[in-house]
Amino acid sequence: MPGLGTSFGRGGATTFVQDLVNSDCILIEGSNFAECHPVAFRFVMEAKERGAKIIHVDPRFTRTSAVADVYAPIRSGSDIVFLGALINWLLENERYFREYVVAFTNASYIVREDFQDTEDLDGMFSGFIDPDDTTADGQDRSKYASFGNDAAKPVPGNYDTSSWQFETDEVPRYDGNGTVKVPKRDDTLQHPRCVINVMRRHFARYTAEMVEEACGTPRETFLEIANLLADNSGRERTTAFAYAVGWTQHTVGVQYIRTASILQLLLGNIGRPGGGIMALRGHANIQGATDIPTLYDSMPGYLPMPSALRNEQTLADYLKSVTKPTGWWANTPKYVVSLLKAYYGDHATKDNDFAFDYLPQISGDHSTLPTQIAMKDGEIKAYFVIGMNPAASGFNAELARAAMDKLEWMVNIDAYETESASFWRREGVDPTTIGTEVFFLPSSTILEKEGTMVNTNRLLQWHDKAVHAPGDTRSDLYLFHQLGLRLKALYADSTDPKDRPIQAMTWDYPHEDPHEHDLGEPSARKVLMEVNGYRVEPGKPGYDCPQVTAFTELADDGSTAAGGWIYSGVYPDKQTNRARNRTGDEWTSLDWGFAWPANRRMLYNRASADPDGKPWSDRKTYMQWDEQQKKWTGPDIPDFPATKSPHEPAKPGASGVDAHSGANPFIMQLDGMGALFVNGALKDGPLPAHYEPMESVVGNPLYGQQSNPTLREWDRDDNPYNGRENPDYPYVLTTYRLTEQSGIMTRYVPWLAELQPSLFAEIDPDLAVEKSIRNGDWVTIATALGQIEARALVSGRMKPLRIGKGKDRRLIHQIGVPYNYGSLGYATGDSIGTLIPLALDPNVSIHEAKTLSCTIRVGRRTSGPNARVDEPVPANQVSDWGASRPHGRDEAPV
Amino acid sequence: MASGFFTDTTLCIGCKACEVACKQWNELPADGYAFTGDSYDNTGALGGTTWRHVAFIESTPDAPGAPPTMNRWVMMSDVCKHCTNAGCMEACPTGAIIRNEFDDVFIQPDVCNGCGYCVPSCPFGVVDLIDHQVIQPRFASDGRTDDNAVQTHGGVAGKCTLCYDRQKVGLVPACAKACPTDSIQFGDVDELKDRARKRVADLQSRGVDASLYGVDEKTSVGDLNAFFLLTGPPAAYNLPERPVLPSTRQPAGYVSAALAVTGLALIGLALFRRESA
Repeated sequence: MPGLGTSFGRGGATTFVQDLVNSDCILIEGSNFAECHPVAFRFVMEAKERGAKIIHVDPRFTRTSAVADVYAPIRSGSDIVFLGALINWLLENERYFREYVVAFTNASYIVREDFQDTEDLDGMFSGFIDPDDTTADGQDRSKYASFGNDAAKPVPGNYDTSSWQFETDEVPRYDGNGTVKVPKRDDTLQHPRCVINVMRRHFARYTAEMVEEACGTPRETFLEIANLLADNSGRERTTAFAYAVGWTQHTVGVQYIRTASILQLLLGNIGRPGGGIMALRGHANIQGATDIPTLYDSMPGYLPMPSALRNEQTLADYLKSVTKPTGWWANTPKYVVSLLKAYYGDHATKDNDFAFDYLPQISGDHSTLPTQIAMKDGEIKAYFVIGMNPAASGFNAELARAAMDKLEWMVNIDAYETESASFWRREGVDPTTIGTEVFFLPSSTILEKEGTMVNTNRLLQWHDKAVHAPGDTRSDLYLFHQLGLRLKALYADSTDPKDRPIQAMTWDYPHEDPHEHDLGEPSARKVLMEVNGYRVEPGKPGYDCPQVTAFTELADDGSTAAGGWIYSGVYPDKQTNRARNRTGDEWTSLDWGFAWPANRRMLYNRASADPDGKPWSDRKTYMQWDEQQKKWTGPDIPDFPATKSPHEPAKPGASGVDAHSGANPFIMQLDGMGALFVNGALKDGPLPAHYEPMESVVGNPLYGQQSNPTLREWDRDDNPYNGRENPDYPYVLTTYRLTEQSGIMTRYVPWLAELQPSLFAEIDPDLAVEKSIRNGDWVTIATALGQIEARALVSGRMKPLRIGKGKDRRLIHQIGVPYNYGSLGYATGDSIGTLIPLALDPNVSIHEAKTLSCTIRVGRRTSGPNARVDEPVPANQVSDWGASRPHGRDEAPV
Repeated sequence: MASGFFTDTTLCIGCKACEVACKQWNELPADGYAFTGDSYDNTGALGGTTWRHVAFIESTPDAPGAPPTMNRWVMMSDVCKHCTNAGCMEACPTGAIIRNEFDDVFIQPDVCNGCGYCVPSCPFGVVDLIDHQVIQPRFASDGRTDDNAVQTHGGVAGKCTLCYDRQKVGLVPACAKACPTDSIQFGDVDELKDRARKRVADLQSRGVDASLYGVDEKTSVGDLNAFFLLTGPPAAYNLPERPVLPSTRQPAGYVSAALAVTGLALIGLALFRRESA
């Protein structure tokens, strides 16, 4: 999410899958598109039929590779080398789209003189504060070390990003009142410290030879791909990138996406038809779950959760902290106040700071995995598991299961009995020793309830209830609504100020249908109406107030309310639910569902026209400036002020998008430009650098620094790491999902279960011979953390790769194991999560599940998955609320 | 109008949506949960309760160090061919197998007596008997299989009906409806053949070794109402190179039988004569 967000402004796919048919070339990497998104893949197949070249880069030869024009094998975990080498090749051969790059990106900005690159510091950027230097900012903040840059000041184990900034010029303010600082530029791209030249130096050693050495990708294949990308980008042609969790689930996951973002900016493919970066979401409604988030650090519409670690204790301080002076985020106060009005209704007034005090404040990393560790340490009493199955699909899954043993009670809401609901009767555990009380509440499936689903296109689609759910099964919405009602009843008479938020919360969504109303079901329509926003009429419930038609109508004076500003416009009046629209056409289909923001299908589409507002070419026409009508026209909603001329000059010092010129397409960014160099918003670097995975079988071929110095780890007895280049674990292990299975939802369905009935491990024939494994045999795969068993699927589709250079060149075997299995259902198998230790990326706390090291032998496992995590860890390994610690500098191996 | 399928293997991504949609619409049970180790194919073959089956054909170079870029992995969704001259129909003694109003070969389950003559008479090995007791697994409250749930419509021959019931009400067969990449196309057979011939020409112009299977091949089974576009020899897809209608072997069979009878009679006669002499 921040990979795209820091580069372009928003953490969502920049395009929509239907537009892939207009691509001249599609690079699929970090995604098994055909297998994991088979329906969306029809647009890739159609593009191929229209002549597009399909490229698939992947550790395994998959069903996607089978229909691709070019398949490139790669060592799992080495993608930044591959993508970085593409960047270097484009710069070296002057094959980037220069006009686009100069006009729409920060390529010409001058980086500060004190910035030091990974080339200078052997894999570190300037500003790193050693983890043991707990007094770096004059006070002991070690407690919050896991929290990185979200604290008010840089903390140990993180970077002080003050050198990752641009030089500035002082220019007169637009209104003549003094001066304002703007980034210094060199549009000739000659200055040695302008971003593009900093990049040239940064990526200079990312060469085709390095790709062969680090990734195992044949040099010729790499060069073929480089040429295909360059030939199919520019004025006349466009290339799209597609990725999924194969790129995100790494300790440098965010930087994978950043590398792709840089490439697409250099190639001039963002905001243009057939271009863009298609972020394929791993699950239905994952996009919706970040828009109206289930994340601890985010509020609806990507507003940051107030933090006790920053100066955000009053509304004014919070707004000062999160509001950006320029770009669209200058509107933040309107969205925050409207959100508070939606949460607390008439209880939120100007006099009480719109009840800002009622919001909780975060005090550390409360994301899922640290919470799980804290649970294991006995610091958490109760757990709600909803539509999630940590006991099967969790990371360090046995620790997740053992953590649940320590609870007092747990609520599991699911349509099926999951491994998490039945953790207390798992293999090797005596149920009588577990005191956790489990409440299992059956929830209805998507056909048995109404509501919206937000897909990878950021498209809200309404679904009606088709059938009643059997028995006592209820919608999740009902269960949550009931929980709220009962909490309100419980605290109704309380005079304790801490209970005010519950008393003040608006919670009134009566169903329109009398039968549903009698069942106690709340109205999903009224929830969506509140999310859309309305004009407040005091004393009236939100659903009786007039709707707003767009987020531009929201105000910061308490006159409007909106539960999620980015969705504003989906319910513009009481009769119109645009998520229910179902009129398609051959392209943008603006009357099919509703895409946030403002029903735009392609983001940053101002960039489809040149700085003068004319299409870059006839073939790639999308949005353009109509001089007669004085507005932007085209098949989509402009992602730009609709009547702002391309020749409108920037107004230095003005607020919001007025500070941008008519040629700045990235309206969410401070400067309206695509960011090749990210000045400070990411914790692990302004430019992507290749770091080996936490569990790598090779040393970093580029730097002395082996792994991401800011990654988060837990060095505990119940979370052991294989460590780097451990000879006991010589094989690369990569994980993925199958078309036929998703998880618990499919393993209970006979028709799907029979298609992939058992956990298997894909093994190359050479390794099979070496290890005396025959196709179909049981094999045991182990890491320091535990062992699992699977059936061997020996296939020539898996090929060992030659890695290293000179006399160190050797064959590396990769083993693939799917992620879908657990102990329940018809299709069963061990959970690969059992083998994955916890190690997190510093930006978004994502785990590293896509690349590990392991060993393998023929035969079934000899014990339970992992007995030792059930033991309590020594007291000196227990951290406050499961906090992780930063990885820090790596010493070169002796 | 004759209806049928054009299955274009160059568009197949092996998602198996056709298999699942077929089983769901036709209420066919799962055949079991055995891991085969045969690529991604765990349902093995067409059968009495598997009417669409996706075959996975891997061809990867054996040579040590051969680049994975030379890999090929072809998927094909197989189905009853609905032959012009259908062996199963000829062999059926009860008249249960008919050609319906859509010109498709259809087994009437209420007429079929389960004799099984059709099974070896299919040149493609499509038809099979459905067991008398087909276990339709359902999950009990403990998440385990409840073996008492028995489906009762076994004891007859089963194969693709080309979704006769859906066609009756103007719906596209379930497999074609579910196919995300239009690898399975349903429609009027003549139109489909036109489309397929153009497709082959187009692919050949792009250097793809494409050919049609089951169209204009002048075999004894005639044209197939469900035909295929292949990019390799039929044998690679587990299809007979030139399918043969079993009854075309009858004349030769009768002649050889007659010859055998005559020969035996002559030998007998000779022995009899010698003995009586």
